[in-house]
Amino acid sequence: MSTKPDHFDEMRVGDDGVRAPYDGYKAWYDEQPPGRFARKSKEAEAFFRRTGITFNVYGQVAAQERLIPFDLVPRIISSREWTKLSKGIEQRVRAINAFLHDIYNRQEILRAGRIPIDLIARNAAFLPQMMGFSPPGDVYTHIVGTDIVRTGEDDFFVLEDNARTPSGVSYMLENRETMLQMFPELFSRIKVQPVSDYPKNLRRSLAASAPKSCGGKPVIAVLTPGIYNSAYYEHSFLADQMGAELVEGHDLRVVDGHIAMRTTRGYKQIDVLYRRVDDEYLDPLTFNPKSMLGVPGIMDVYRAGNITIANAPGTGVSDDKAIYSYMPDIVQFYTGEKAILKNVETFRCGEPDSLKYVLDNLADLVVKEVHGSGGYGMLVGPAASKKELADFADKLRARPGNYIAQPTLSLSTVPIFVKKGLAPRHVDLRPYVLVSPEGINITPGGLTRVALTEGSLVVNSSQGGGTKDTWVLED
Amino acid sequence: MLGKTAGGLFWMFRFLERAENTARLVEAGFRIALTRSQDTSSEWESVVTTAGVCDDYSRKHTDHNAANTIDFLLRDKDNPSSVYSVIKAARDNARLVRTALTVEVWTAVNDHWMTMQELLKKPIRETDLPRVLDVIRSQSSLVRGALHGTMLRNDIYDFARIGTFIERADNVARIIDVKYYTLLPSVSLVGSSLDNVQWETILRSVSAHRAFRWLDEEDMTAASVAQFLILDPRLPRSLMFSMKGLVENMNHLAEEYGTRHACHDHADQMLQGLRKRTIASIFDEGLHEFITAFIQDNNALGLLIERDYQFYG
Amino acid sequence: MDLRITHTTRYDYDQPVGYALQRLRLRPPSNGMQTVQDWTVTVTGGVIELTCADHHGNVMDLVNTTRGSSDLVITASGTVTTHDKAGVLGKVYGAAPLWHFEQASPLTEPSRGIRTLAKPLKVSTNLLADLHTLSATILSAVPYATGQTYMETTAEEALAGAVGVCQDHAHIMIATARVAGLPARYVSGYLMMDDRVDQDASHAWAEVHLPTLGWVGFDVSNGISPDTRYVRLAVGRDARDAAPVQGLRMGPGDESLIVTLQVQQ
Repeated sequence: MSTKPDHFDEMRVGDDGVRAPYDGYKAWYDEQPPGRFARKSKEAEAFFRRTGITFNVYGQVAAQERLIPFDLVPRIISSREWTKLSKGIEQRVRAINAFLHDIYNRQEILRAGRIPIDLIARNAAFLPQMMGFSPPGDVYTHIVGTDIVRTGEDDFFVLEDNARTPSGVSYMLENRETMLQMFPELFSRIKVQPVSDYPKNLRRSLAASAPKSCGGKPVIAVLTPGIYNSAYYEHSFLADQMGAELVEGHDLRVVDGHIAMRTTRGYKQIDVLYRRVDDEYLDPLTFNPKSMLGVPGIMDVYRAGNITIANAPGTGVSDDKAIYSYMPDIVQFYTGEKAILKNVETFRCGEPDSLKYVLDNLADLVVKEVHGSGGYGMLVGPAASKKELADFADKLRARPGNYIAQPTLSLSTVPIFVKKGLAPRHVDLRPYVLVSPEGINITPGGLTRVALTEGSLVVNSSQGGGTKDTWVLED
Repeated sequence: MLGKTAGGLFWMFRFLERAENTARLVEAGFRIALTRSQDTSSEWESVVTTAGVCDDYSRKHTDHNAANTIDFLLRDKDNPSSVYSVIKAARDNARLVRTALTVEVWTAVNDHWMTMQELLKKPIRETDLPRVLDVIRSQSSLVRGALHGTMLRNDIYDFARIGTFIERADNVARIIDVKYYTLLPSVSLVGSSLDNVQWETILRSVSAHRAFRWLDEEDMTAASVAQFLILDPRLPRSLMFSMKGLVENMNHLAEEYGTRHACHDHADQMLQGLRKRTIASIFDEGLHEFITAFIQDNNALGLLIERDYQFYG
Repeated sequence: MDLRITHTTRYDYDQPVGYALQRLRLRPPSNGMQTVQDWTVTVTGGVIELTCADHHGNVMDLVNTTRGSSDLVITASGTVTTHDKAGVLGKVYGAAPLWHFEQASPLTEPSRGIRTLAKPLKVSTNLLADLHTLSATILSAVPYATGQTYMETTAEEALAGAVGVCQDHAHIMIATARVAGLPARYVSGYLMMDDRVDQDASHAWAEVHLPTLGWVGFDVSNGISPDTRYVRLAVGRDARDAAPVQGLRMGPGDESLIVTLQVQQ
């Protein structure tokens, strides 16, 4: 085991000790016969492939369906750690919803001068069409996937607030399912908080967010761009688990002032649409007129109060990387409390002093596009060549406002299973948060993404990352 | 159920049925080619015609030999009806309707597709052909088994079966149509070895050569073969069997939804039409005319179902 | 002045319609410049699915064409009393803040030509006078002519092409004012030309926000600020936002559009 001392390892302490949350697991692991893990690892892969738990990679042939590698070693969090984390997440998500309502209505935070107007006014994710309107129950982000990284025993940082349509929750559920099938005995020895209620909670949360006008049991549907979308598996999985129809834009029409889906018995009204189609493509009558994925007129139906769209259009203005740097202020402004979770120090390259600092220290920083996601268009300074650094510096000078920079964090490591046994790899964590007028529900744990390459800090599945089951222990 | 889902189920099972039928056609063609010494190109040509892919074929190949035909029908991505293409299409439709399928059915289709990707990666050598065809058939049987064994008998099941029967009726009718001249009771050819080989081929292409022997002893005449393929309700690939299955499943839908549509009347008429026929009256009318009309009616039925159950907008 | 208006939009389809939606902004608001006495929007060949307000406060009707229909007729009619305010709507605000109207929109992106036009405004000591001058400058640079520009023509393209209609004039005026840091918006509506009952088409003009006066209208095409012959329908950042009729049709075939407008006292 060669854990570099500058990384916090969540399992190991010293040469052969483990941190308390891993006590039970370590004892079990040491009893396992050699070869069992390699065998189980193969079984897991075959299971994923047969079940078709795949994702499509953008820019590759449509037929290309890849598996996200799954690692058999769980990432374990104590219940005390989780309590603190979930309080912080809840606070942050509350603030985000208050912020969105404010930004699209009275804009008190701008009037108070706490955020520069230009940051909103010139923000591509700000949708003017949402102004002067409150969505049902004032909920904007029905589903949030907060990306969190850890750097030490008590140091958790929020990396991103994914408030648009966070994906990956199906992996959280399938990973647990796989672990239960592979190592049933493990779960009778160690008490882990369950995650399997997520689809039920999602359904309840969406139903509770239905428009007031909806009498009776709300009809929920999941809107997917179609079978060639990278996350199609997840869309069909969630629809299936919730018992909701999986629809595409061309299944839907405006009927009697509502959105309705075409069934074998005629059109049927939908009350809540969990859409996995980006804002730009959601309504060709309102946004991109060329979109074939959306539902013409849905924004009119929405503004008329006849449907709930989850997440609301325009939530991207809250998880924008430039807005991110103001999150501590935003939390303070709307909750009156100090933010529980830390923000990573962020340099806004649009500000001349920051730009100078970033250019001078490029090799030590991570630079991200303000509107980018999925690890595309970013620079990891310490891993970049001289030429890459120089090229990126040019991009920065050309459009500084388009970038933010952050120090490279020494992300914590958790062991993965490799040929020789266990080896530490960097991880992050994406807990899934459900928001409804009834309250906020956070599934214990979430999706742990792991950089499978030794030393790598990039955990994105599109860039060769894998996933792990995430355990929050019972008290 | 979404109209799109009904359409996806319908097409998923049409494609699965087509794959199986294509595999049988190739097998029958291959057998004739093995057992006959003279030029077999006309035999392969009629296989391509029966599969309904003449135009696509002639765009790629000029002569009809075993290697070209087998490759085109089994693994050519440019042939939308090749086994490779239709299994991919079946699996795409399965992904589309995944929420309507049991895990068993989905896994069986996905396995089928993964197996075909491996199996049809490289051109098939003649020595491998029997094994390859066998795998195609057994994979299809696995899907069918999962369907019958795990799916609720509701509208989902009905649309799957309707797709199967429409495709099967079409495929079998086309086999009869391409070979109809060998089934005509022409005096001079009766009992000739040519006819026997041709009839055997037809029976093989619907997996009925052994069943026929069991049912009809050694009395193989044009009329008895035609009677068997068109009117025998016991043969699972006869037109009669397909029509009965279609009407049955469509009636389930009408009951479950409490509504009958134009497609129901059309299917009833087709079935009644078959029931009151004898093979003699079909020959009197003209076998070719009868089959042509049947194929048209069957196509029209497919379109009515598509419209009445709102597969598309 | 009481204006009686009948505005008919007729679509003829060469094939029966499968699915088509029209979004209407055909309900004039009452405000300091006009009082709506009575107003109706009727549709034949389709139904009004719903009525709601957009983010600029315009009241929209969403119309669904009846399946299989071969034509759709939308009639907006009623009586509006107009009040002479010398083109000044004043300090009247909706949900959209002023900074929203300072941002360029797809049809009003500033070009070099527009930046040049904006120079005098940037150093202006009498904005109202200079805006009128700008209006005249635009009209002489881009004389009024129909048939040369389209719904999608941008301010920049119209300026470069040196010809345009009221929509193009309004776009250039708006784009220029915004470069100078002034909130500006597009207004669609009706204009009663004195010499006729049957008017050409629906009209459009620009509105610029001045710190002293609030919103002030400029009809570049006619070289004046709107008076009592003008009726406002909708506002937005550009013509797309304020379009009286905006539609989307699925399926094959073609459509033809006839608009008739009667405005009289």
